[in-house]
Order: sequence, then structure tokens, then C-alpha cells
Amino acid sequence: MSQQELLQYSPQQLLKIYPFLESFFAGQNWILKQNHQQKLIELLDQLDEEQQEDHAFDKADFIEQLHDFISQMEAFVGQKEKSVETLTVLPGNDKSGNPENFEQLIFKTKTITSIVGPTGSGKSRLLADIEWVAQADTPTLRKVLINNEKPDNSWRFSGNKKLVAQLSQNMNFVMDLSVQEFLELHAKSRMAANADVLIKRIIDAANELAGEKFLPETPITSLSGGQSRALMIADTALLSQSPVVLIDEIENAGIDRKKALKILTGEDKIVLMATHDPILALMADQRIVIKNGGIHKIIQTTEGEKAMLKQLEMADQKLQNLRARLRGGEVLAEA
Amino acid sequence: MNLVTISGPPSSGKTAVILKAAESLMKRGVKIGAVKFDCLHTDDDLAYEKAGIPVKKGLSGSLCPDHYFVSNIEAVTDWGIKENFDLLISESAGLCNRCSPYIKEIKAVCVIDNLSGINTPKKIGPMLRMADIIVITKGDIVSQAEREVFAAGVYAVNPSAIIMHINGLTGQGAFEFSTLLYDENTQIDTLKGKKLRFSMPSALCSYCLGETRIGESYQMGNVRKINL
Ligand SMILES: Nc1nc2c(ncn2[C@@H]2O[C@H](COP(=O)(O)OP(=O)(O)OP(=O)(O)O)[C@@H](O)[C@H]2O)c(=O)[nH]1
Ligand SMILES: [Mg+2]
Ligand SMILES: [Zn+2]
Ligand SMILES: [Zn+2]
Repeated sequence: MSQQELLQYSPQQLLKIYPFLESFFAGQNWILKQNHQQKLIELLDQLDEEQQEDHAFDKADFIEQLHDFISQMEAFVGQKEKSVETLTVLPGNDKSGNPENFEQLIFKTKTITSIVGPTGSGKSRLLADIEWVAQADTPTLRKVLINNEKPDNSWRFSGNKKLVAQLSQNMNFVMDLSVQEFLELHAKSRMAANADVLIKRIIDAANELAGEKFLPETPITSLSGGQSRALMIADTALLSQSPVVLIDEIENAGIDRKKALKILTGEDKIVLMATHDPILALMADQRIVIKNGGIHKIIQTTEGEKAMLKQLEMADQKLQNLRARLRGGEVLAEA
Repeated sequence: MNLVTISGPPSSGKTAVILKAAESLMKRGVKIGAVKFDCLHTDDDLAYEKAGIPVKKGLSGSLCPDHYFVSNIEAVTDWGIKENFDLLISESAGLCNRCSPYIKEIKAVCVIDNLSGINTPKKIGPMLRMADIIVITKGDIVSQAEREVFAAGVYAVNPSAIIMHINGLTGQGAFEFSTLLYDENTQIDTLKGKKLRFSMPSALCSYCLGETRIGESYQMGNVRKINL
């Protein structure tokens, strides 16, 4: 519809044609106070200078924004976007300008890649290259392909469509809402179909990851560290639109890390995980070593390492049990 | 010279983002100058100086800082041209939520942070709605879900803008942002004749002019009454 045509409809009619306009109207204070049966052109004509000033409102700007919103949303909702199956990084340079020594680095959905290397070695730059789908136009000169093709620019600029979701230890919930309300809000902002089912699945999944259970009525800000982490992971897996999830270390407390990764890969995510914990690093299918701003090595997790992982997990389990028994007031003796 | 106006609520991360972006641009040899408009106090000039960026500051005192901005930006632009900057960045703290210091044909950026609350995008009006680029900061301390909800709120208010997430502490995203700030082919010689994107309120009451006494008989000019 053109801007002129839009003007001939009432807000109510527009909402019927484009239900997603609810969120747009909610962002435009003035329209909430109008008679929704009247044509837009009439509503706009009725606004005198003073009212326009009161609402800090500009007619031409409004109609342009409305038009933009509808065309972008139609593109976003309508066409079932081709999902991201693979992400490919083509080599560039390290900080000293030496070319990176690999042919291509491929991340596939349902797989986990761990990233190791000292802080400041270039992990954030790699991540930024991926987010920006670099085309030899960042300091590393790397290129990023999506499904083996040069991706379009909308990944860079759109607020609704981001390639990478991030989870880190520093992140906390800050909104003053219950778990249920919070997930409803998130589902709504994503315009997710069958939100109720999704929300229940997220809560169940999170409760399975965290040791202690929480209720839908629990305020998100009063969740324990483990519960918050669990909810963030389940929510990111099931409700975030981003195909890539970057995890910055998961602490080994209050959350089942193995299951957490399973939930993410189970939802077709590409999982990247910055870690120095051998258990996490070996859970990955491959790991990349970063050095001096460049990708130094790409290592496929070997059979030997997988075997070692089993032992590490057993040792870890033993430690956890001892911890639990200590907490329970027992005197420890070798079994 | 390029001119960019950057605005946003107090402490939203404007200076942090500008400094990180400036770092990338200066590495490319772009000569940058800055000006900070604020109300009563700012130390931002020190931060710019420390980063090697020549800076001017203007304090509006009893005036709305955005009104003050409009009356001074032309002279500041002339200063920037005289100093031979490639890029002049104007930072102003949006304080009254009603005005916005954006000028037609001059790149306008709004910086807003994830901690400011889900209703903030709706509240801050033209400063957000009329921006070309919206930078969202402080994503490092809230959850992914909250970032998505907040970005959706921003998008609903200004669907035409480019929306970017930048971490003002680590600078993640700032290089990418910097590539949008400077364009060799853009040249601004003067602001004379250019227009604001959005008119500022015409309110002028006796209190704007220094009246301090309370009472009906002291209220003059553009006075409006609350509905009780
Ligand atoms: N955690 C976090 N803190 C940030 C981020 N960006 C900025 N900050 C911090 O937020 C505070 C305010 O940042 P400034 O850059 O001074 O904000 P400003 O908008 O320039 O503030 P005024 O000019 O005073 O209005 C500082 O302590 C910054 O270090 C961010 O992305 N994450
Ligand atoms: Mg500042
Ligand atoms: Zn003002
Ligand atoms: Zn007044």
C-alpha cells in the first residue's frame, strides 16, 4: 500500500489487515487517544498545531514511518526466511598483518565450536566480524559467508534480525516482571506464534537445567544465579531469532551444562563457546585457537579427547557429590 | 568536513561510544573534533582531550540545552571548518525529552541504553524517532531476551533507522559504527539556511523568564493547566 492509500484507512481497519501494527501504534503515543474508527487522513487533519506539539508529532514523518514499518514487517513476517545452515569464515590477517593459516572455518547448525586463547587475543574481534558479516571491510579483512553465499546487508542494520545472540556471566535480568510476564513480553516482541506452548516449554526446559525449580510467578530478578542462567539459555534456544549463540563461559554451578548445550544444538543453533574449562572445551565438536588477533589453529576434537572428556566428567561428578555431602554436614570418608 | 549530531539521555553511553568509534577513525587518519552541549556540568571535554580530540564545551545553564544547541551549532561548525577537521562530532545530552538537536541533511545518531527501561523508547520522542542511526548500549549486562525486547521497542518507534548494538566498555561494534559516521564525499561548508528536523516547543512562560513566586497572578504567557 502506498502512503496515500494508507491514509484512507482507519487504525482499526489497518490493525485488521496488519495485526503487527499493534506494536507500532503502542510506540506512537498520540494515536492511542484517537477514535480508531476514523480514517487516518481525518484524524491527522483534526490535529491542530498545539496537539501536534503536545505529542511531539509530525504528520509527514508519521505516515512515512507507518509505511516503512508495514513494508519491513511484511518482508519479515511473510517470507519464511531461508534458515542459516552454515557460516563460513574466510581467512584474513592477524594483528601483525600476517595472513591466517587456514582455508576456511565452517560453523554448522547443531554443532559446538569452542574458542580458546588469552583475553585480548581477538575473540571479540572474531565475534564482531561474524555479527557484521564482514566482507574484508574490518581490520582483520576476514570474509563471512552465510550458507556459502555472500550475505545481504540486512544482517548488519536491522533491529529485528541479528545474527548472534550472546550469553555471558555478567548478564542479569533487570526487568521488574515475573518469569511468565517476561516470556510473554519476549514472545510478543518476536510475534511468535503459539506463545503459550513455547513459554511452557521454556520454563520446563529451564527447570530441568537448574537444580532448584522456580515457578512462572517468580520475579525474574529474584532467580538464583543458576536459575537465571538456565532461563536465559532456554529462552535463547527457543525464542531468540538469532541462529548463532555465543556463550562466554558457563560456570560449573547450579546448572547442568551438558544439557544446556543440548537444548541449544537441539534448536538448530550454531553454538560458539569461549571457555578455558577443559570439560566445556572438549564437549565441542571443534575448537579454534586464537593468537595475536588471528585464528591460529582449528582442531577437530579427537577420539582421545572424547575419551578423556568421559574421565573428566566422572571426576567432576565425584567432586560435585563431595560438595553436596559437605553441604549436608557429612564427614567425608573414601568410599 | 562531515558533521554528526549525537544525542541521547544522560549517561546512556554517548561519550563512550564516540571515543571508541573515534579511535578507529583516527587510525584511518581522519581528523576529528568534538563539541559537548550540556546543561550544568560536564567532564566530557576532559575525556575527549585525553583521547587527543580537540573539544569545545557549551553549558546552557538555565536554558533548555537543545535550544542552546541550535543557537550555537552554526558557530561551532565554523570553528570545526577553520580547524580543518574531517569530522566534527556534536554530543548533547537530551534532557527535556521533547526537543531533539537534529538538523535536516546532517547525520543524526541517538544513543540509548538497555538499562533505561522498556518504556523509554516511547517516552523520548523526536530524539529517537527522527534519528538516522540508533545505538543501543549496555547490552553486556542484561539478558539476550531483554536486549531483543528493548530493540523491538526501539524499532516500533523508529522503523526507518539503522539499529546497532555497541558495548561502550569494550568497543564491540564501534568499528562498524565508525564506518557509518564518516564519508569522504560529504562536505559541509556552513549550516546557514539548514533546518531543524523537528520544531522545538514554543512554550515561554513567566517562569522561563526567571519568575520564582508561585500563584495565579504570577503566571503569564504560555501557561497550561493540569486536568484535575
Ligand atoms: N556496562 C556498560 N557500561 C557502559 C556502556 N557504555 C557506557 N557505559 C558506562 O556508562 C557510563 C556513562 O557513559 P558515558 O559515555 O559517560 O555516557 P554519556 O551518554 O556520554 O553521558 P552524559 O554525556 O553525561 O550524558 C560510564 O560509566 C560508562 O563507562 C556499555 O556498553 N556497557
Ligand atoms: Mg557524555
Ligand atoms: Zn527542550
Ligand atoms: Zn516556562
